[in-house]
Amino acid sequence: MSLTEAPARPGPAAPAPRRLRRARGTLWALAARVWLVPIALVAWEIATRRADTVYFPPPSQIAARMHEVWLSGPVSRLFLTDEALGTFGPSLGRLFGGWLLACVLGITLGIAAGRSRTLADYIDPIIEFCRAIPPSALIPLFIVLFKTGTQMQVATIVYGVIWPILINTIDGARYVDRLHTDTAQVFGVRGAQRLLRVVLPSAAPKIFAGLRLSLSLAVVLMVVSELVGSSDGVGYQLIYTQQTFDMSAMWGAIVVLGILGYLLNSSFLLAERHILSWHRRARQTT
Amino acid sequence: MLDVVNLTHTYGQGPTAHHALGGIDLKVSEGELVCVVGPSGCGKSTLLRSIAGLIQPTEGHIRIRDTAVTGIPGDLAVVFQDYSRSLFPWLTVGDNIALPLRRRGMDRQARHRAAAEALQEVGLDGAAAKYPWELSGGMQQRVAIARALAYRPALLLMDEPFGSVDAQTREDLEDLLLKVREHHRMTVLLITHDIDESVYLGDRVVVLTSAPARVAGELPVRLPSPRDQIATRELPAFVHLRAEVGRLVRAKDRRG
Repeated sequence: MSLTEAPARPGPAAPAPRRLRRARGTLWALAARVWLVPIALVAWEIATRRADTVYFPPPSQIAARMHEVWLSGPVSRLFLTDEALGTFGPSLGRLFGGWLLACVLGITLGIAAGRSRTLADYIDPIIEFCRAIPPSALIPLFIVLFKTGTQMQVATIVYGVIWPILINTIDGARYVDRLHTDTAQVFGVRGAQRLLRVVLPSAAPKIFAGLRLSLSLAVVLMVVSELVGSSDGVGYQLIYTQQTFDMSAMWGAIVVLGILGYLLNSSFLLAERHILSWHRRARQTT
Repeated sequence: MLDVVNLTHTYGQGPTAHHALGGIDLKVSEGELVCVVGPSGCGKSTLLRSIAGLIQPTEGHIRIRDTAVTGIPGDLAVVFQDYSRSLFPWLTVGDNIALPLRRRGMDRQARHRAAAEALQEVGLDGAAAKYPWELSGGMQQRVAIARALAYRPALLLMDEPFGSVDAQTREDLEDLLLKVREHHRMTVLLITHDIDESVYLGDRVVVLTSAPARVAGELPVRLPSPRDQIATRELPAFVHLRAEVGRLVRAKDRRG
């Protein structure tokens, strides 16, 4: 193995034409990725106008309705209306509340089970059984237990998203490189230090894969739980607008969910790239 | 300082059992550098792992400074052959060296000062903020040596420490080891399969037989210090010793 070259930084030493070329390259890459979006939108607009049915309002109409319902508020609140805050606030609260709770539970339990063969042997069959049950099937139970409302929705989300986190964490914590654990042992790195500086970072790439999967699952379960038992939130909004025949607003909620999922995934990837940069770069160089 | 008596280790049981160590007796005195030579797969690493407390010997016992080794001895550092897996890729070079120093009761500042000093000693000044994988193999092994130095162990164990680097780097690292060991008056037990290396580095060479390993013979190395890669290796005494060690290694091959 030879000395690896320094990680590519645009640095002041880079000659101007090269930087310019790189900027142009980035722009092209972006364009190559999004060029289809306006075309799809135009096609959607034309198709819905031609079809002219109430169930498929054209996107321009959906956008206008979304603006009217959610984005015509005061500047000080980023144009958000009370309606928008009352819909997205509870939904996002449940989403992140449930997801974070599942993260804490899943990672804690996963590390414990990954490092203890005995514990893993006990809980493996239980995990396999529990995760085979579709979380939506438990909604009736959660409604009985918690009544309709935030508790029941958070319970549904936690139950639904904890499995990928748990299973990936167990896997990651179980297969810490032998030489890493030997080194830690010889140099007396134990207890919390060993957990935080050796086991957790070593398992981190796997844990993150689980977290990302569970985040998109959390969006699904947030909507599902709000469809069934809620008096606010995006899912409730979907049902309510459908029942009041406000098709444009219903489509608006669907669009918002798409945007939300996209944003969540992109921000998560960004955070992951930052936190696991050692992993990505170490793999590139060895 | 290190006292190994009748060390025996068997992996597994019954007819498939592998007898790695067949009763090894070994003494290392304070400040001595002892090289253990033996062919690949003869149980050298098992010996080292037993002394490091990473595995329990089947029989026999190990004492360091008159204290029996039961768990992981507190005063011991190891440099492994596989530097890329023994350094933590998620920690910077400085943090890799500083991490074990917590148990020495040093505060954050003292730990990082010790790391910087150790890096300077191995010729890597200012590399503390780099990550291990940004360095070449030889440099990574220097970091592993720096980690061991900063730890100030009573006994330094090295498991084929220079087995994965090229010849030139290997000579540099050998001389580095001799330098820092002289400076710290460290006790070192180095395991290698390279006969030349064992004679060049050691105060004493212990030859093991093939598995189940036993001590085939011991040779004191009386070569002038400081040693020099060219001059030392052309001394008649060096050539003679190398042949002696070679004969011992061969003898056990024929028997096995």
